[in-house]
Amino acid sequence: MIDYLLRYHDKLFKAFLEHIEIVFVTLVISIILAGILTYIMMYSQLLTKVMMNLFAMIYSIPSLALFSILVPITGLGKDTAIIVLVLYNQYLILRNAIDGLNNVEASIIEAATGMGMSKSQILFQVRLPLALKAIFSGIHLSVVSTIGIATIAASINAGGIGSVLLDGLRTLNTAKILWGALLSSGLAIMVNALLNIIEKRLTVIRNI
Amino acid sequence: MSTAIGFKNVSKHFKGAGYNAVDHVNLSIEHGELITILGSSGCGKTTLLKMINRLYEPDEGRIEFFGEDISSSDPVKFRRKIGYVIQQIGLFPHMTVADNIATVPKILKWSKEKINARIDELLELVGLEPGEFRNRYPAQLSGGQQQRIGLARALAVNPDVMLLDEPFGAIDAINRINLQDELLKIHAASKKTFLFVTHDINEAFKLGTRVLIMDQGNIQQFDTPDNIVENPANDFVRSLIDSVKGQERFIGD
Repeated sequence: MIDYLLRYHDKLFKAFLEHIEIVFVTLVISIILAGILTYIMMYSQLLTKVMMNLFAMIYSIPSLALFSILVPITGLGKDTAIIVLVLYNQYLILRNAIDGLNNVEASIIEAATGMGMSKSQILFQVRLPLALKAIFSGIHLSVVSTIGIATIAASINAGGIGSVLLDGLRTLNTAKILWGALLSSGLAIMVNALLNIIEKRLTVIRNI
Repeated sequence: MSTAIGFKNVSKHFKGAGYNAVDHVNLSIEHGELITILGSSGCGKTTLLKMINRLYEPDEGRIEFFGEDISSSDPVKFRRKIGYVIQQIGLFPHMTVADNIATVPKILKWSKEKINARIDELLELVGLEPGEFRNRYPAQLSGGQQQRIGLARALAVNPDVMLLDEPFGAIDAINRINLQDELLKIHAASKKTFLFVTHDINEAFKLGTRVLIMDQGNIQQFDTPDNIVENPANDFVRSLIDSVKGQERFIGD
């Protein structure tokens, strides 16, 4: 195993970087898109319901199936993987964000409305800061889920750690399988731990 | 004195309710009065109040604010002329006391110096030491202190009308009496119009320059505390007064 690392460390490192790249690009797009969608959804309950049902449905589709459906349209490779990952993330991020924004205590909203704050002032000055923790939870979930599902994206030539794993499985190369598993799970566990710490800090600040 | 608030034949009905929450109400409140609105829950007193700052819109009739029909105003801007205090207080938990009080002044783009001076002035007015309380968060305050901040926040831009919806309803008896006394002082000093909803008879008679007694969406009597005690308008008012006559705390002692 060490032998493999010494001989192919650049290949492993490249796969690792590719993986991080997919996760990073996915997250940036996911957060921007979810931000826009959340803003729109705050102004229509009907739209919120329709979109949440739609994203819940997409989220329930197994990733391999969704990758395969999209390949004829968007082709093999990274782009298709990122589209699928962004779609999955919308459900995780939006559900938490909308819940957090809507679950602000009714009396706080009544006081804000009564004193003459507009809807968008209430959204940005009251709801958003009070929903930060819920919003962060959604992003946290989506980061961890993206790291995991991106591994499967190797099956459509998206690269990343999944490609090391898949190669290993195909050629029954134990070293490759082990390194693939170690890197992908290690990344997920490390990032999850880091986000847990940040989330805890956020709670401390909020509960002064 | 000018008329601050006028109700002209105002009704409000909620879906599924057997009767009108507010039923063809006519009334006129002079500027500078402290009106207490008294009634049991479901009598329409909160509905009446919330129609003034347009949290509810009447189904019928017209409400005038210093002679102008409020339905023609932009509700968001209009509400900034009115202070609003509720029983649940509704302070913003993520903001300091100072930032809570500064909410509407900031929206109205007051200068920083003016806002800071006003925050200190208001904190002193409600009996809290500015140096000690300015930078606290709501969670670091007792219930009574929180409502003092709620009051200060509502008074921030010196509104002509203050609406108070059972503001002291969730506060312990000793603090409540202190707050009532301070509210009387604040009202006297401000010369503004206060409308104070309560279901506590003693509170209503202690605070009100006039008391508006409501039941089932209708005004039962609207008069000074003394006149109501001496000349109850009907059996409902009479039984209301009889129910507290035995108590020592009752006004007039």
